[in-house]
Amino acid sequence: MEKLIGEFSFGLFFWQLFLFVGLILLLRKFAWKPILKAVEERESSIEDALEAAEAAKRQMAELKSNNEDLMNKARDERDAMLKEAREMKDKIVAEAKTTASAQAEKIIAEARESIQHEKMAAITELKNQVAVLSIEIAEKILKEELSSADKQKTLIDNVVKEINLN
Amino acid sequence: MMISPVVLLANPTDEHDTHQEDAHHEEVAVEESEDGGIKKEIKEYIAHHLMDSYDFGLYSYTNEDSTKTYVGFPLPVILIDGGLKVFSSSKFHHGEAVAEVGGSYYKLDHGKIYKTDAAGTITYDEHHHATNEMPLDFSITKNVVFILLVFLIMFFMFRGMAKSYAKGNALPKGIGRFLEPIILYIRNDIAIPNIGKKKYKKYMSYLLTVFFFVWIINLFGLTPLGVNVTNNIAVTFSLAILTYLITTFTANKDYWKHIFWMPGVPVPMKIVLAPIELLGTFIKPFSLMIRLYANITAGHVVLMSIIGMIFIFANWLGGSLSFLLAFVLGILELLVAALQAYIFTMLSALYFGMAVEEHHHDEEH
Repeated sequence: MEKLIGEFSFGLFFWQLFLFVGLILLLRKFAWKPILKAVEERESSIEDALEAAEAAKRQMAELKSNNEDLMNKARDERDAMLKEAREMKDKIVAEAKTTASAQAEKIIAEARESIQHEKMAAITELKNQVAVLSIEIAEKILKEELSSADKQKTLIDNVVKEINLN
Repeated sequence: MMISPVVLLANPTDEHDTHQEDAHHEEVAVEESEDGGIKKEIKEYIAHHLMDSYDFGLYSYTNEDSTKTYVGFPLPVILIDGGLKVFSSSKFHHGEAVAEVGGSYYKLDHGKIYKTDAAGTITYDEHHHATNEMPLDFSITKNVVFILLVFLIMFFMFRGMAKSYAKGNALPKGIGRFLEPIILYIRNDIAIPNIGKKKYKKYMSYLLTVFFFVWIINLFGLTPLGVNVTNNIAVTFSLAILTYLITTFTANKDYWKHIFWMPGVPVPMKIVLAPIELLGTFIKPFSLMIRLYANITAGHVVLMSIIGMIFIFANWLGGSLSFLLAFVLGILELLVAALQAYIFTMLSALYFGMAVEEHHHDEEH
């Protein structure tokens, strides 16, 4: 301790203190403040940039998911439209089919009816013809049969017989 | 032979014994064998190296006719002794002559300037301390020259670095690329953890300056220029007193409360603790001062002793082994130079942190 005090040089102490305090003050003004400020600014700008990048990333992801939603929606819409179109087509085809078959049936029915009519007319015509013919035949037969008295008499007898039976 | 470095280490800076030609010469001469002369010379060299000096000596050698030739240049001596006296240290002729300035006579003795009579008589007390009057000495000594040099180096280096930031987009250039990580390290790993994010800013100037100053000046101590600044107690004292002053004057109420009236302990304990805590505030910077001083001094003494061993061995085996050892130690000292700067900065930051710490009494005590 005594040696340390003996070694102590006031001049050196003074110069060291003076120069060192001067150095602190000078460096504070001309070096440390600008350096630390620059470093801090850079750090904050890096931080900001990172944050911005993060935000951009988030936005991008959002956009992407939006796009996907949109795509999905579009796809769904397309599918729906296709489905609708298909249904419409099926419906139209089915309707057409039913209409056509109804029409055909109607035509067939009409045809059948007119055939029936024609048939009936033909039958009636035939009947009339047959009646006329029958009358003519009967006339001719009667003329033939009743041409003699005997034959007239047998006929009357037969008719009387039949009446008696009844 | 092998004991010699131990002897050197045991009494490294005791220049009073080694230099005291008239009083001790006989005893020393008795102990000396034929290589005692070189041991003594090494011892003197180390002692001389550890001291400040008034001239910038690069080396000296003894001529054939046993006169000494000094290579170097003198530095200005500034004394306040009945007025300001400025003269060249060459007037002392390396302690051999009496310098006469403005009617006063001064003589160098063991690296200190004493006021003497015209004949240069220096009287000693029983401890071989000179009893002559000492003038107030503000000389630009070798150490002051190097402090000034580091001052200029640091100023221009960091000024240049600061300017390079202003130019570009806040990117370091040149030496800044090397220095910026260190500055950031001091900020992020020393200042902020110890002082806290809110208050570290006002201490940054001191912490950065002290770190780089101690580091650079320690590195200068490892150059062959033979300079050794941080092993002067005056230098470490002035650094430590700044830490003390900054701690004391920036301390908040809590700090003083914890010193004089420790919360959470019984009243008798408070009374006992107060002087201990108060003493602690002085011991902390004192330990800073001694730590830096002792580490650098020890490093230099060991390193120089081992270099000195090369001359003691004076053979190729011992010499090369000593050289190898000195080389390894030199590398270690490079580490110590940075480490001591780091420790000084770290502990200063720790003390500042204590001074501004906000205590939450409910939780902590």
